[in-house]
Amino acid sequence: MPLSAFDEMTGIQESGLDPAAVREAYAALKTWLDTTPPEHFDTRRSQAELFFRRIGITFAVYGDNESTERLIPFDIIPRVLTKPEWGFLERGLKQRVTALNLFLADIYGPQECIKAGIIPGDLVYRNPHYRLEMRDFEVPHGKYVHIAGIDIVRTGEDQFFVLEDNARTPSGVSYMLENREVMLRLFPELFSKHRVSPVEAYPDALLATLRSLAPMRAARDPSVVLLTPGRFNSAFYEHSFLADKLGVDLVEASDLFTKDDVVYMRTTEGPRRVDVIYRRIDDDFLDPLVFRPDSVLGVPGLMSAYQSGSVTLANAVGTGIADDKAVYSYMPEIVRFFTGEEPILHNVPTWRCREKDALNYVLSNLGDLVVKEVNGSGGYGMLVGPHATKREIEEFGRKLRHAPDGFIAQPTLALSTCPTFVASGVAPRHVDLRPFVLSGADEIRIVPGGLTRVALKEGSLVVNSSQGGGTKDTWVLDG
Amino acid sequence: MLSRTADNLYWLSRYAERADFVARILDAALRLSALPANYGGADANEWESALASAGNIDLFRPLYDSVNEHTVRDFLAFSPNNPSSIRSCLHTARENARSVRTALTSEMWEAINEAYLHLRSFEGRDMTREEFARFLDWVKGVSLAFDGSAYRTMLRNDAYWFTRLGVAIERADNTARILDVKYHVLLPETERVGGSLDYFQWTTILREVSALTAYHWVYRESIKPWLVADLLILNREMPRSLANCYEMLVRNLDRVADAYGRRGPSQRLARGMLAKLDDLTVDEIFAAGLHEFIEEFIAENNRLGAAIVEQYLG
Repeated sequence: MPLSAFDEMTGIQESGLDPAAVREAYAALKTWLDTTPPEHFDTRRSQAELFFRRIGITFAVYGDNESTERLIPFDIIPRVLTKPEWGFLERGLKQRVTALNLFLADIYGPQECIKAGIIPGDLVYRNPHYRLEMRDFEVPHGKYVHIAGIDIVRTGEDQFFVLEDNARTPSGVSYMLENREVMLRLFPELFSKHRVSPVEAYPDALLATLRSLAPMRAARDPSVVLLTPGRFNSAFYEHSFLADKLGVDLVEASDLFTKDDVVYMRTTEGPRRVDVIYRRIDDDFLDPLVFRPDSVLGVPGLMSAYQSGSVTLANAVGTGIADDKAVYSYMPEIVRFFTGEEPILHNVPTWRCREKDALNYVLSNLGDLVVKEVNGSGGYGMLVGPHATKREIEEFGRKLRHAPDGFIAQPTLALSTCPTFVASGVAPRHVDLRPFVLSGADEIRIVPGGLTRVALKEGSLVVNSSQGGGTKDTWVLDG
Repeated sequence: MLSRTADNLYWLSRYAERADFVARILDAALRLSALPANYGGADANEWESALASAGNIDLFRPLYDSVNEHTVRDFLAFSPNNPSSIRSCLHTARENARSVRTALTSEMWEAINEAYLHLRSFEGRDMTREEFARFLDWVKGVSLAFDGSAYRTMLRNDAYWFTRLGVAIERADNTARILDVKYHVLLPETERVGGSLDYFQWTTILREVSALTAYHWVYRESIKPWLVADLLILNREMPRSLANCYEMLVRNLDRVADAYGRRGPSQRLARGMLAKLDDLTVDEIFAAGLHEFIEEFIAENNRLGAAIVEQYLG
């Protein structure tokens, strides 16, 4: 049974019923779609593809030897959010990320939230992302998640939910910036009909955030680097793009070394001290002396330098516990406990399969639910009940019974749709939104917009780029 | 700047330069093989010689049964097993470029990235000579576009100087390598008046370093082997001569040293070689042995390359 989703352009649950229906924010866009000759769109779409290929904005797909560099499909129809909608999201995001930071400071410190029974202790201690090394260590300026990507889905005019908190090394911000760049080049006339809030200040905001986080003893002009696993990483384009926009060195582990608990980079003029590392490497690979000994991506001695307070890592080590899907289900309580406020952004209702009643419910309703691995990401290892075959459901049921702690389940949400170019013309496709939230020592910064991902297959709810999703430019209207 | 970035820039420009060099060698061989046999063409010699000039002959033997136009064209232009084939050069250059995107201007990146993307349209096709010649022209255009974009768009700082160093070291090596393979046709005893075979060998050498027209402008006389050697070794006006390459190396190494406030072995080595080239005449080189001179030069040039790596890129 196809879900009846809220369409962001027409504003009705079952689009197609009334071809004239349109929400105000999309009025000019709809006119543009209705009156522009189709050939014009075709030309612009191939120009957009050419642009992306020329600048090399590609990503690698793991396990796909055929073509290691692919383009993420870009859809030229923008996704539009109104000023009040954004205002609401912005307040909710600030509150949520504030709570995430306080939560992390607490579980690596006094652990009040466990004592108060907000979250079960074993969910923290037994969590693979909980880093004992971080216990009772005061991170510089008390902030853990400096760059967060909060995935948001919409199901109605006023219904927004947080689907996931990405608190480790969220990616995708280069697409937010490049998609806008392409739109500005290809459709200047559209921008003259809309007041679109600019996103181009993101690199400045990021740099200000990173600099604010420098250790107290760093020089007045702290030295910031971006640490990448290297050019074979799927997000390497983004790493080099951001380093370029920030005007900081893009380093690999072999460019760094530590001496007497200070981190240096190798330059043509000899060693240079490093104060802040925006790292795009997972905890596990950061330092072979502390984490995975086989890691060649890491810098031996980095953790020791970090713990001595001579260098800031962004994000901090151990933030993975905050984007764990089991911990996610406690977020409403966590927000209330740490901010003393009601959550502005709601969670998607979630069944924790570790709880017996929940497990029984999930097992008998597998066909209607989305079941996710607690530690999975990228859309792998999940079951979308309504789209699964009987056999897939049976197999998944066995997996689930075997290790229920590793899973959570959520209702299949009718994600909102946006008009999208597909083979047959323009059709509604499901979307989500990832805004990026920057938490510095001084303030929280959010650029109005984010990455809109779109599931290009008809009816599909999986927007991940590794699973055939595309992206759109996201417009926040300024009045 | 990061040592690794400097290293990538250096090798990026070396490989872009090498692609151009291999294209010129193939172009010259193609021309020579179009000549009737009594003018030195129409047999496998020219392809053998092209192979020797481009180097890596040891890699060739296990891969092909015989040396002929078909196998040499494949090996030098498209073979993934030959690290100096045009295809490998463009791939390696692009890999280096991808690692240092932030140190490149967008023009440089686009020049190398477009070359990489377009290369595929030439691969795996059986090309006529005409098509192949067009392919070689395209390769030369790629190197021009890349080098030109570096020249026109890069900031004049250490990043730029390291790209110039890569170009100059590679060029010096390429020119010396051609001289090494062809030195025997430049020796005085092989000179025969009107010896058409040698004449075409000399013009081929000049073509390989794109100096045929330059020769006439500089010497204003018919082609003499010792003047060919003079042009390629000692003439500072000639962009691919050893003397000019060393002038370029000294200049750019000095800039790096000035910026960093420190001199080292690479500055000394480069200056030493330039002084030596300035003092020599072509007669002295021939008297002491052209072959020995070239061999020593190649060794010295490699030593300088290693010193640059040691001092800045390691």
